[in-house]
Amino acid sequence: MLMFLLRRLAVALSVVLTVSVIAFLLLHLSGDLALAIAGPEASPEQVAQVRAQFGLDRPMIVQYGAWLADAARFDFGRSFYFRDTVAALVVQRMPVTLTLGAISLGVALVIAIPLGVLAAVKRGSWIDRAALIFCALGQAIPTFWLGLSLIILFAVNLRWLPVSGSATWAHYVLPSVALGWYAVPAVMRLTRNGMLDVLASDYIRTARAKGLRWPQVLFKHALRNAVVPVVALAAVQFGFMLGGSIVVEAVFSMQGLGHLAWEAIARKDFPVVQAVVMLLATIYIGLTLLADLLNAWLDPRIRVA
Amino acid sequence: MPLLDVDHLTIDIPTEGGLLHAVNDVSFTLERGETLAIVGESGSGKSLTSLALMDLLPSKAIRRARSLRFDGIDLQAASERDKENLRGDRMAMIFQEPMTSLNPAYTIGDQLAEALRRHRKVDRKTARDRAVHLLERVGITAAASRLGQYPHQLSGGLRQRVMIAMGLMCEPDLIIADEPTTALDVTIQAQILKLLRDLQQEFGMALILVTHDLGVVARVATKVAVMYAGRLVETGPVEAVFGAPSHPYTRGLLRAIPVPGRTRPGEPLGTIPGQVPSLVGPLSGCSFRNRCDHAQDACASEIPDRTVTPGHRMACILDPVQTWAEAPALALDDRRPQ
Ligand code: SF4
Repeated sequence: MLMFLLRRLAVALSVVLTVSVIAFLLLHLSGDLALAIAGPEASPEQVAQVRAQFGLDRPMIVQYGAWLADAARFDFGRSFYFRDTVAALVVQRMPVTLTLGAISLGVALVIAIPLGVLAAVKRGSWIDRAALIFCALGQAIPTFWLGLSLIILFAVNLRWLPVSGSATWAHYVLPSVALGWYAVPAVMRLTRNGMLDVLASDYIRTARAKGLRWPQVLFKHALRNAVVPVVALAAVQFGFMLGGSIVVEAVFSMQGLGHLAWEAIARKDFPVVQAVVMLLATIYIGLTLLADLLNAWLDPRIRVA
Repeated sequence: MPLLDVDHLTIDIPTEGGLLHAVNDVSFTLERGETLAIVGESGSGKSLTSLALMDLLPSKAIRRARSLRFDGIDLQAASERDKENLRGDRMAMIFQEPMTSLNPAYTIGDQLAEALRRHRKVDRKTARDRAVHLLERVGITAAASRLGQYPHQLSGGLRQRVMIAMGLMCEPDLIIADEPTTALDVTIQAQILKLLRDLQQEFGMALILVTHDLGVVARVATKVAVMYAGRLVETGPVEAVFGAPSHPYTRGLLRAIPVPGRTRPGEPLGTIPGQVPSLVGPLSGCSFRNRCDHAQDACASEIPDRTVTPGHRMACILDPVQTWAEAPALALDDRRPQ
């Protein structure tokens, strides 16, 4: 188990490093940085001074090393646009996005897994068919359209929930549904297919031969095995959600990372873009690692692999 | 009253081409302490017959019987709950494929204990002790340390033993073993069979052994039921059926057993040419007639069930034989205590 852990950690670290190279290059290949920092009206002397001051005249590899060392201490420099350090900006925005992502994933799993189990158990029934149609619909509806429809229905017409912002928990309901919706079809289909496979397996027959009652057969023996691939998928979906949060945060005017990324890209605020890319990638990689460990715990066969 | 009474058991499976008559009018009885071997090729309906007793047939399958009784309990009338209470407690099943019949996510100990705790109000400790005891009984060394292991950490032979121990957790009256040795190599096969026979005698259980291997039958069974294409073609005490096999199919099967001294290694065994007929759609007459050397016109009409000697029945129009020159004397010799 320890070897397994170390190996997975090594893989995760190397992926983070790869991403860091890309994030670093993103900044440096997008034009002359010294020029960008000094401003369009600066004289060549001023630009040269900025270049020396920020160490931009050093070889790329040295700059990358210095940048990585800073990044590891969560120091991404100053934003070009906001009068703030990048780290402060990100820390301030991160909770909104993480909360949104976590709730969305929670909503998706709570809907998708029971629905998948039900569809598998009642295979071929109207419940199964309805669930599959629901899935097809789920993937056809774009996130922003769903978000706007939810706002019109629940916030504008029914006035049950706030339209936009992130001040209270009520503010998270509509965005979470809009963001989580997208993950439901994939998770539900994987749960359903996983359950169908597992329910047809020999060990389920063994469990029934022992006289175990349905709930125990279903939840102890079947779901535990069927849910293994779902864990990995959930991690991937969470990554998609972090990406999708750009759209949802824009629709619901939530001050999260997605919104920050959107603003930074629009204003060519590269240090911020860099930091957000690094952060989202690291979170995503961390989650994948977590999913691996969770899987190893759920399925003992993986631990030796 | 016999422990198990199966009277005209029929299993149909709806398919796209029509109704598949997988098992047709199969009847037999079994007493405590007896071992019945159900023999046949794959597709003969032998596994379905055993699953029907446990009520573990695939959900599409339709089971009918004139009577299906276990210790006087009418299994056709019993509620789902009553049947769950019987399963694993008074009737247990040992499956083939030891690789896939254990749940990969739980330890051996958990899966063994669960079989007992489902039916008996015992604490974890008692269940654990019983599991260790039975693992030792089925010949597993360091039994206590095996409890924490997962199925994938055990060899096929060990897993099969675990399956047997699991079937014995509640000391059932009837144990059904479906090809319990197919996946194992010959040495382990012999050990497992001896083990099953010993345990069956020790616990006084009735044992149903589903197999395609007549060598296995000769070693363990007291009664044999030969199935072909969903029908019981010959049944009776092993000595009677092996000594005077009256159905041409049974004789064909017996000729196919390798006999030490008579069959040279590498020599092809006497296989029966031809294929099992399709069981889809209405059936009539003897289903073996496309492969039978003795087939005649009368074989296309209903075949009566005939008694060879008391307890020894067969379904063929030919006159029963009283002795058979080719009888493989070998097989029964193995049954003497070793
Ligand atoms: S009934 Fe006819 S075809 Fe069938 S086994 Fe007997 S002789 Fe052969």
